[in-house]
Amino acid sequence: MNAARHSAETVLEASGVTMVFGGLTALNDVSLSLPEGRIVGLIGPNGAGKTTFFNCLTGLYTPTRGAVRLRGKELPHDPAKVTTAGIARTFQNIRLFPNMSVLENVLVGRHIRMRQGPLASLFHGPGFRRDERRAREKSLELLEFVGLRGVEDEVARNLPYGDQRRLEIARALATEPDVLLLDEPTAGMNPQETEDARQLIFRIRETGISVVVIEHDTKFIFSLCDTVSVLVQGEVLVEGSPDVVREDPRVIEAYLGKPREEVEAEVAEAAAHHGADHQGPAAGRRDDA
Amino acid sequence: MTTLLQQIANGLVQGATIGLIALGYTMVYGIIQLINFAHGEVFMVGTFGALAVYRWVLPESVQDQWYVALPLMLLGGIVVAVVVAVLMERFAYRPLRNAPRLAPLITALGVSVALQEVVRLWFPDAEAAQSFPRVFVDAQVDLGPVQISATGLLLIVVSVVLSVLLQTYVNRSRMGRAMRATSQDRDTARLMGVNPDRVIVLTFVLGAALAGVAGVLYGAHLNSVDTNDGFQTGIFAFTAAVLGGIGSLRGAVIGAFIIGLIKTLGGQYLPGGTQYDYVWIFVVLILVLVFRPQGLFGEAERVRA
Repeated sequence: MNAARHSAETVLEASGVTMVFGGLTALNDVSLSLPEGRIVGLIGPNGAGKTTFFNCLTGLYTPTRGAVRLRGKELPHDPAKVTTAGIARTFQNIRLFPNMSVLENVLVGRHIRMRQGPLASLFHGPGFRRDERRAREKSLELLEFVGLRGVEDEVARNLPYGDQRRLEIARALATEPDVLLLDEPTAGMNPQETEDARQLIFRIRETGISVVVIEHDTKFIFSLCDTVSVLVQGEVLVEGSPDVVREDPRVIEAYLGKPREEVEAEVAEAAAHHGADHQGPAAGRRDDA
Repeated sequence: MTTLLQQIANGLVQGATIGLIALGYTMVYGIIQLINFAHGEVFMVGTFGALAVYRWVLPESVQDQWYVALPLMLLGGIVVAVVVAVLMERFAYRPLRNAPRLAPLITALGVSVALQEVVRLWFPDAEAAQSFPRVFVDAQVDLGPVQISATGLLLIVVSVVLSVLLQTYVNRSRMGRAMRATSQDRDTARLMGVNPDRVIVLTFVLGAALAGVAGVLYGAHLNSVDTNDGFQTGIFAFTAAVLGGIGSLRGAVIGAFIIGLIKTLGGQYLPGGTQYDYVWIFVVLILVLVFRPQGLFGEAERVRA
């Protein structure tokens, strides 16, 4: 597992991303690397800066310091250009175009992959019609892929909650990304829908897309991801394989908000089990950082 | 009865003109939530642009050949209207994109006054109303009991055709979808690779082109043009857009025909005659704002969310 991870080329690399709003440091020196074809999880308590980090990756925010590179090329701070470069995302609070149809939402995702001259679009020339038809076929394929075939003419805001999340994923995939960023893809889903989402993310990886997932549901994250980073108060607390992260007492503390004494007792216990591995603050950060 | 039908025909011609302008109001509002009060001036400069082409570009030998003169004047009117609108967006509204909404609104009023004065002072003899050439077929067409000028008929046909084209463009093309996406959620549209600046400029360009066409044809219909025509007609168009449900393309066109009919029929049948036609239009505006602020086409069919 480790060997495989190291052999894969890094697709997305964020190094030293720091984001300061006024006097508040929302992100402090956050680094993350996403190897090709992997699923990386980002967990952490509310307000830890996970979504802020996504906003920095996608150019919605310009980080105070630090850089984001896609295949070694530094990304501009312009969402449209980041999308063109090959990063797509979904949102924690669903942000579909509510008054457009399901199919149209996906077609907007095709925007940068379509070519239409201004006159051809006014008078529907043959080039225009070919372009529209191809975009429609591709969009319908994607709706089929996420399991939304048959509702393409519904208005997006009328879809059930879980379907809206899947539509966001289809729309993101329509931009033909190398990297897909999913912001709490299972929020508000029941166990069956969550399992479907997990399978869908695996299938997305099979198509060659690398994925970063933000989630609260640790069980979901640990069963899905190759590596997990834990973000607490704007800093990466621990990074490593699910097994390492799961057992790290600082993660348990930060995530579950346990009283300090209890956690200290656990640290002592864990130290007794694993030797010195989890004691110093550098311990968790050492792997892959 | 003949009078009624005749006034309905006149109202439709008015409505066609107002509709072409109202589309610009409603599109710009849909994208950036700005009532562009200078949009009526875009219509006015379109008329003057065509007049300039007629006076100083067209050789005298083709001035009376409408199939040469009219297309060139339309082209001139559209180009002038589009250039003015693009400059307006770039230098007056874009710097205020993130300002409180009142700031661009006041700016729009300022741009409107400035454009009127610029044309009045710098266009030769424009201090007073100018005569506009009868470029199109100078004849009355008999439709049963009703007579309508060939130019008026042209206005109605062009207005309907362009409205349908615009509707199709916005609903079924890549940039049209980008426009609607931007109006519903600008940041998300950017994350789909849509460049909002380009979409906003395109919106101003489309609105200006339609206003330019309206300006040229209306000048040809009235055979006169004045620097304050834009403001008056612009206010009617704004009312039409609000009546139809601002943000809705179909609403703007239908609202415009209703306003056109109120203007001519109110002027004919209601007390006070044509001097009071403004009153009836603004009474309608007030009634709509009080009882149905979302307009006739409310939420459905809107460009924006």
